[in-house]
Amino acid sequence: MASGGEAILFWCVAPLMVLAALGLLFARKAVHATLCIVFVMICLAVLYVAQEAPFLGIVQVVVYTGAVMMLFLFVIMLVGVDASDSLVETIKGQRFAGWLCGLGLGAILVGVITRVSFPEGVGLATANLETNPVGLARILFSDFVFDLEVVGILLITAALAALTLTHKARLTARVGQKEMADARVLGGKSLVPLPAPGVYAQRNAMDVPALDPHGQPIEASVSRVLRVRGQERGAPLEGELNLLTELKASSQTPTGPERAAPDVDPAAPAETEEEH
Amino acid sequence: MIDAAWLLIAIPLVGAAVLLLAGRRANAWGHWLGVIASGASFVVAALVLIAMLGREASDRVVDVHLFDWLNAGPLNVEAGLRIDPLSLTFVLLVTFVGTLIHIYSVAYMEHDADRRRFFAYLNLFVAAMLLLVLADSYLLLFVGWEGVGLASYLLIGFWNHVPANATAAKKAFIVNRVADVGMIVALMLMFNTFGALDFSTVLTAAPGMADGGKLTAIALMLLVAACGKSAQFPLQSWLGDAMAGPTPVSALIHAATMVTAGVYLVVRSGPIFTGAPNALLVTAIVGAITLLFGAIVGCAKDDIKKALAASTMSQIGYMMLAAGLGPIGYAFAIFHLLTHGFFKAGMFLGAGSVMHGMDDSVNMRGFGALSKFMKVTWITFGFGWLAILGIPPFSGFWSKDKIIEAAFAADGGHGWQPWVFGSVALVGAGITAFYMSRLFFMTFHGDKRWAQELSDGSELPVRHPHESPALMIWPMIILAVGSAGLGGVLAIGGGFTTWLEPVTGPVAHHEPVLPVAVIMVVTLVLVLVGAFLAWRQYAASAVPVEPPVGSALTRAARVDLYQDAVNENLLMRPGQYLTRSLVYTDKKVVDGAFMGLAGVLAVIGSGVKRMQNGFVRSYAAMMLAGFLVLVVIVLFVWN
Amino acid sequence: MEFTNYLVLSAILFSIGAATVLLRRNAIIVFMGIELMLNAANLSFVTFARMHGDLTGQVIAFFVMVVAAAEVVVGLAIIVSIFRTRRSASVDDANLLKN
Repeated sequence: MASGGEAILFWCVAPLMVLAALGLLFARKAVHATLCIVFVMICLAVLYVAQEAPFLGIVQVVVYTGAVMMLFLFVIMLVGVDASDSLVETIKGQRFAGWLCGLGLGAILVGVITRVSFPEGVGLATANLETNPVGLARILFSDFVFDLEVVGILLITAALAALTLTHKARLTARVGQKEMADARVLGGKSLVPLPAPGVYAQRNAMDVPALDPHGQPIEASVSRVLRVRGQERGAPLEGELNLLTELKASSQTPTGPERAAPDVDPAAPAETEEEH
Repeated sequence: MIDAAWLLIAIPLVGAAVLLLAGRRANAWGHWLGVIASGASFVVAALVLIAMLGREASDRVVDVHLFDWLNAGPLNVEAGLRIDPLSLTFVLLVTFVGTLIHIYSVAYMEHDADRRRFFAYLNLFVAAMLLLVLADSYLLLFVGWEGVGLASYLLIGFWNHVPANATAAKKAFIVNRVADVGMIVALMLMFNTFGALDFSTVLTAAPGMADGGKLTAIALMLLVAACGKSAQFPLQSWLGDAMAGPTPVSALIHAATMVTAGVYLVVRSGPIFTGAPNALLVTAIVGAITLLFGAIVGCAKDDIKKALAASTMSQIGYMMLAAGLGPIGYAFAIFHLLTHGFFKAGMFLGAGSVMHGMDDSVNMRGFGALSKFMKVTWITFGFGWLAILGIPPFSGFWSKDKIIEAAFAADGGHGWQPWVFGSVALVGAGITAFYMSRLFFMTFHGDKRWAQELSDGSELPVRHPHESPALMIWPMIILAVGSAGLGGVLAIGGGFTTWLEPVTGPVAHHEPVLPVAVIMVVTLVLVLVGAFLAWRQYAASAVPVEPPVGSALTRAARVDLYQDAVNENLLMRPGQYLTRSLVYTDKKVVDGAFMGLAGVLAVIGSGVKRMQNGFVRSYAAMMLAGFLVLVVIVLFVWN
Repeated sequence: MEFTNYLVLSAILFSIGAATVLLRRNAIIVFMGIELMLNAANLSFVTFARMHGDLTGQVIAFFVMVVAAAEVVVGLAIIVSIFRTRRSASVDDANLLKN
């Protein structure tokens, strides 16, 4: 029964599976651990097929790899991909106990399994006579039909439970467009869209504030992110503009600092300009 | 009319409830409501009496069923009233004297801020006392018994802002509790013996009892109860202190009515006592001891109210002695109780009147010559004095003389009993004459000892003795008339004893060991000698304002013959030591054991607590470890 | 011999899953350890089915998968709701069982 091909397949797949499973223990990031497990699942599906259980192999891929593990990935993303697990143990003695228990369990199980002499395998050739899915279906819908129904109820219940658990009751009234507009009017804020940067300014770059009718810069026209980062460029005033024109006229080869002199803050804009 | 007897109790009870619940808005009219409630009760009592007189003598015991009270298996107690000559006598005494004292109190308590509360308590007392005497079962009687105890406690401690008064009230309450234990035990024994607690069953079954021991036990327990309530030896110590209450209270509760409840109990339980001769003998001995005890104490007291209290004790001793003589004395005990209720209440009211005129002073050595200032009080008090002395034809003569006569006929006129009890009663009469005359002369005659200089130069407070208002005088006059005439009227042809026959049975007659005429003459001679000695010492010669050192007996009598010291040393101190040692044992041994055990458990717990760190992974590790251990064990066992 | 290989692999995977439950603190990874243990058990079922020539083992494995799917749905929902309230997916932060 045991063909040489199956042994080769096993010895190719099994060590990789163990290594991938160990990734679950050692991976810092949850995403990596999940991908390791996905690999283990697919390998398991391969082994199922090799073990004359093609239906289970397919189900393994569809249900586990395709659905369950993807669900895990979704949740990881929901919870935060960058939340890497600190490997510093906080519970005293837990790491020792964990390793002892894990290794002890493995040792006992492997010891027992290797010491037991199993009977000669029967093989599923007879059972899979009408193909494996049909054979399974005959058992599933005869002896286990009641269990099947119960499991169906369990699945529905689980789905409902997940809905209930993740459902967030709305504590405040829903804020729609109308409510937001009302709030803006009540708050005395501008009712029209904010002015775009660069309007009437010397340049129409993103970091240059627009000028109002009096020639004063409108701070709000520059993106908040730029303002917070300090990358906003101050708008030159009229006097400075004149000075700039004079400088341009008098000096043929302006140096960096001299060029930057008219700016309100000499240092920062100079750097940014050079960066660009 | 007899069916409406429940009104007797209900009226004062409602009065008390209204007075207590109405609060200050009843202050203006509350005292009159109290008087009306008590008076209405008396009117009902009089109507019941008329209805009763219309019946045949054999038909004069009526049980009025009110409602089913306790219906618990074998114990089936119905609340009902027993209207018979005995209870009716008491009802009339309580309501009549009570109403008079209510009226008296209106004036006496006029300046007291809490007059309404006082009348509420008085009404409560009247209701409880009527319940006590009207009850048709021992259990219902016990309710009234406790009720009068409560009213007594409340009234003794009426001025409880003075610590001594509050202490006196507590003392009375506690001594009465001791007696109540006797009552409760008697109730249990009765239920155990007869299976019932109502008079009709118990008193009918008692004479036929073969087991004399049980009957004696019941009787002795009843006697303990009676001793506490009636201030008989050895539970007498509370009565003197009970004088801390307002004087009308002393007159009503601690002279005329409540303290005689013990005598009522003994006479009511007559069939039980008759069936237990030993208990009867004990009753007589207790009465004899108390009668001498009270008389001796009375000779030494300078406090007018305490002297009267000692006299009360002594007179109730006479009643107990009479009751202890058995069928020959029951009727005379009640007769003396009735006359005593009148003359003692009258004298207490007189004492109150004296206090009223003397700025609430009670020290007789500070009185003297008051007869000139308080004519009415002097005359009414004098009537009471003559009555208690037993001077014919005043009330006391008719009742007390009969008791002395009966004492000489004790035990069928054989053996030592007639001689001992007879002579005690005789000597008691002489001493009574001495101390009552002492009281009378010290208060009303001799030199006036108020507002005069003392030997050491200090001056006694200046008093302005004056006669009391009409509301106080008229009750005293009515009681004085009763003191003078009641005994004689009721004694004509043995009218009163015949009236009581349905309850006490016909008066058994035994020939006294001495001829009746001799007893009467000797009694009168002793009384006159006593009165003369008192006159010579306290009226004819000057009375020292400072009490002289006196003989050992006098000094002992001044402190109530060391009864408090005895109580304290014999009962209170050992009790305190016992409780203290128990507390010590409890703290050190019992608590120590428990705290030690708890400490050990706490240490174990704080050790185990570390395992319960709340971390799921820890629990999972433990589960897995346990699973592994189980697997290993199974593997080794199977191999 | 073949069966022993599969069973030993199953045992090793199961032990790794158990150790993961004990050692990791991220609730999602702990959960994946549980899934690994379930899958290891499934491998044993399939192997024994083949050994005894009886498809019932595969049916049981199928049921295990279905129940595991239901369990994952509920378990992940719990993790999400815990994360919502405590802003943490660590099993050590949810130690309300203490005291």
